[in-house]
Amino acid sequence: MRYLPLTDTDRQAMLSVVGASSIDDLFIDVPEAARLSGPIAGLPMHASEMAVERHMSALAARNTVAGQVPFFLGCGAYRHHVPASVDHIIQRGEFLTAYTPYQPEIAQGTLQVMFEFQTQVARLLGTDVANASMYDGSTACWEAIGMARRITKRAKAILSPGLHPHYVSVAKTMAKYTGDALDTALPTLDDDFGIDALIAKIDGETSCVVVQYPDILGRIADLSALADACHANKALLVAVVTEPVALGAIRSPGEMDADIVVGEGQSLGVGLQFGGPYVGLFGCKDKYVRQMPGRLCGETVDAEGKRGFVLTLSTREQHIRREKATSNICTSSVLCALAMSAHMTLLGEAGLRRLADLNHLGAAAAADRLAEVPGVELVNTSFFNEFTLKLSKEARPVVRALADRGILAGVSLGRLYPGEGALANGLVVAVTETTTEDDVEALAQALAEELA
Amino acid sequence: MSRYFTEDHEWVDVEGDTGTVGISEFAQGQLGDIVFVDVPEAGKALTKGGDAAVVESVKAASDVYAPVSGTVTEGNPALADNPALVNEDAEGQGWFFKLTLSDPSELASLMDEAAYAAFVAKQ
Amino acid sequence: MSINPAGWRPERPETAANAAPATVTGNRALMLEEPLIFEVGSTLTTGVDLAEPPAGKPRLGNLERTTAIGLPGLSEPEAMRHYTRLSRQNYAIDLGLFPLGSCTMKHNPRLNEKMARLPGFADVHPLQPVDTVQGALAVIQELAVWLITLTGMHGVAMSPKAGAHGELCGILAIKAALEAKGEGHRKVILVPESAHGTNPATAAFAGYAVENIPATAEGRVDSAALIARLGPDVAAVMITNPNTCGLFERDMKTISDAVHAVGGFVYCDGANFNAIVGKVRPGDLGIDAMHINLHKTFSTPHGGGGPGSGPVVLSEALSPFGPLPFVAKHADGHFALVEEETAGDDHPQSFGRMVAFHGQMGMFTRALTYILSHGADGLKQVAEDAVLNANYILRSLEGALSAPFAASGPCMHEALFSDDGFPEGFSTLDVAKGLIDEGFHPMTVYFPLVVHGAMLVEPTETESKAGIDEFIAALRSVAERAKAGDVSLKTAPHFAPRSRLDETQAARKPVLVWRDAVLAQAAE
Repeated sequence: MRYLPLTDTDRQAMLSVVGASSIDDLFIDVPEAARLSGPIAGLPMHASEMAVERHMSALAARNTVAGQVPFFLGCGAYRHHVPASVDHIIQRGEFLTAYTPYQPEIAQGTLQVMFEFQTQVARLLGTDVANASMYDGSTACWEAIGMARRITKRAKAILSPGLHPHYVSVAKTMAKYTGDALDTALPTLDDDFGIDALIAKIDGETSCVVVQYPDILGRIADLSALADACHANKALLVAVVTEPVALGAIRSPGEMDADIVVGEGQSLGVGLQFGGPYVGLFGCKDKYVRQMPGRLCGETVDAEGKRGFVLTLSTREQHIRREKATSNICTSSVLCALAMSAHMTLLGEAGLRRLADLNHLGAAAAADRLAEVPGVELVNTSFFNEFTLKLSKEARPVVRALADRGILAGVSLGRLYPGEGALANGLVVAVTETTTEDDVEALAQALAEELA
Repeated sequence: MSRYFTEDHEWVDVEGDTGTVGISEFAQGQLGDIVFVDVPEAGKALTKGGDAAVVESVKAASDVYAPVSGTVTEGNPALADNPALVNEDAEGQGWFFKLTLSDPSELASLMDEAAYAAFVAKQ
Repeated sequence: MSINPAGWRPERPETAANAAPATVTGNRALMLEEPLIFEVGSTLTTGVDLAEPPAGKPRLGNLERTTAIGLPGLSEPEAMRHYTRLSRQNYAIDLGLFPLGSCTMKHNPRLNEKMARLPGFADVHPLQPVDTVQGALAVIQELAVWLITLTGMHGVAMSPKAGAHGELCGILAIKAALEAKGEGHRKVILVPESAHGTNPATAAFAGYAVENIPATAEGRVDSAALIARLGPDVAAVMITNPNTCGLFERDMKTISDAVHAVGGFVYCDGANFNAIVGKVRPGDLGIDAMHINLHKTFSTPHGGGGPGSGPVVLSEALSPFGPLPFVAKHADGHFALVEEETAGDDHPQSFGRMVAFHGQMGMFTRALTYILSHGADGLKQVAEDAVLNANYILRSLEGALSAPFAASGPCMHEALFSDDGFPEGFSTLDVAKGLIDEGFHPMTVYFPLVVHGAMLVEPTETESKAGIDEFIAALRSVAERAKAGDVSLKTAPHFAPRSRLDETQAARKPVLVWRDAVLAQAAE
């Protein structure tokens, strides 16, 4: 077996050092009834690299590859071009096969990457600090709600109607166990981001308002008044960003005084991968850092006075605080954070802004073209790279029919909000730098035929 | 003023019905460099033996228990900026919080300085 | 107070009179210093060529960014060099033996990486119509079948993102099952004191009171104490098996039966599954739920701290309560995705959703590739070689280092030692740092907490005998230096990119982001 270096001669020699006559002597603590005598029945035996490759390739071939068709899906996962060097960097064995940097003297590579990532993310989100990553955006969002509870000592969170329904669903699952009361509502298929309605809900019991920006329908709005209203009631504003490229073009939530900003970093450097692994972003104001979940890297010096980095404030974490930890999170998403950080380094400020312009202006042109199709109405007046169309009929079957024609047209609101008739005609369309004019034209023509 | 100690290495100075609480010199030596102290806010009601504060070294967080029951009147504000005070002067400037005792009879179960010194010597 | 005496202060190495000279650059031949991107990059530099944006009127609703972000850029060659130089300051499995106990740092096969990058897996959106992702769903289903069969369980929840997330999944399923039986009043979870910290953290998060169960003198959970504590208020027991002392819990089945007899459930932390994969099925031991760290047993890369992946296998009693979404296979071979929409019909008792999408697909493809490579026979050999390697280390070093449980019999896949017998002033930490100078990553130190000065060594099955012999020689030498009071150990490591780092300063005055003003000006 190609991954096992021991030879039978080695095994015999080692058994004699151990003083065992056979390998089964080492399993004597397992009750005899539970000890298996041979390989588990019903499963295949070992296979060559070539055979495994053939099997996996056949499975992969059964999927429609986003890059091979006109493709318009977003809603929390976005298709962007990832520079070849990013994938090379994350495949360097010293990054790929390292562990969590518990021995900082021989993990400065990962630690410095974490420190650079924390700084890049904090700047992008507009927060004072950011952590070294979370599992993904949806779990980061829930952790922010929990953090707001710990800070305000209140347990009523208001979730905006524009928050990704899966994020809402995750929060609802967790809230059942923590006792948080969640105020949720469905979005409406119109251009209202809902700031005023959210402000009207805030009261002295509110721990936080959670608002997605841009929201699930692609809408954007100034969050400043909402932040003020939160702060007037000693509540926190939590902003959720699922498309970080947007922050190359629009103001960051931190600039608008959000207290905690979380997000999904997949857009920068991490492929679609059918939903994971992704990289959760988590930033906040300085004064809340001790209530923050997740790993943090900090700068310090070594015994010779050289700058170095270590994991710090780890007393917040489960391996020390056990049942009193801020969160039970252990693993984060460092390799994806490296990919995101490297992509941001390659882009730089100038590159990220240009990438954002490309996305936005491409989306604007696409929105105009698609709005010309009979039976299509553009819902948003403002957006970044994702907007919502209201079709003259239910969008979900249209999406399925277009998939059969080789076009992945977007995410129907029927998929995200099944059974909600008022949303059924909504189609959320994302346009990135990978989308061509021909793709848009193909979608426009196919939509015209399906809606005719 | 009298000073009392617990077997969990807290000390309390009592003057009238006001107590000042900290951790012992022995305890700070065991903990190593203190990096953060989470002191209770004024108004918090504490029960003898219950969690009162948290003291953190780099790799460890240790709970500090209330040596007596009472209501917190003040946490030591100096510890926020300078947790090292606990290392430098554990039984003086490195105090954690003050409280109003609700049941002074609880003091009877604590050790005096000499008894605590004998207790530590056996550790 | 509860005293945990793990603080320490770094010491300055003594400089020998004939020390190597300083260099102008600070570099030492192949050991290259690397500044932060914020010190070398510029906001005007980019390493990505992008097309000219199309003409058009922005529709950003007066939200145009008006301030600089402050992101430095590097050209591609500069970026490659930055990250390559940084990578060389890391230890990694690709460089050598990485014996972190309970972490299972085994070789990460590159076929896994190649398969995960097939466009049919890497470039597929999680919300594509299910007819366009049948291959992705087939991977999830195929891996699910393997995990269920290897563990002898009934079902599996695939979506948890990592081990601790899987623990949470298992505990939430237990809570939902108890509530469905009208037993929601059970509020206590029993956790052995040797447990990994995530166990009590998870139980507390789910609203349970955690009670610790002591260990016996031979490093196993005190099953008599555990069984004596069982009662109508106990919701579950969380046990790690093989446990964190590297020992198999002999009484596991007895404990499970006793827990079930009083109406509770048994959660097993599967972090150490590598010791028994293909050899023992946890389902045969009465386990109700167990997470499997794909990044441990099934060789997906740790990546410097994630991403992980923590599917949870479930017993028949718990399966109806597992999370959404999951993959269902229809009789015609078509795969369906069960989400909130159809859960009411197909999975009405689910406790709900834990993540936005379908879990760590990129890890599923890697783990399945690994599993298919080994097959049922190879996985059994994995467990046998992992256990043999650990016992070989235990018996080779028990004379040089205190091995608190060695007398009680064989260990499983990890060998536990302690600093018992070291002279005053020398501890486990010094052994760890000394090993770094010998070119090895240290073992897990100060865990499990039940052993003072613990050193937990897990070699895994992917080490050669020659490599293990070299490690044994190195650890023996460092241990003997510690026992002899060799002060040079106190300032180790001497040959790493950095000497001991001042963690006290880092924690007292946290500097978590780079805040120099130079770049901010450049960005204006």
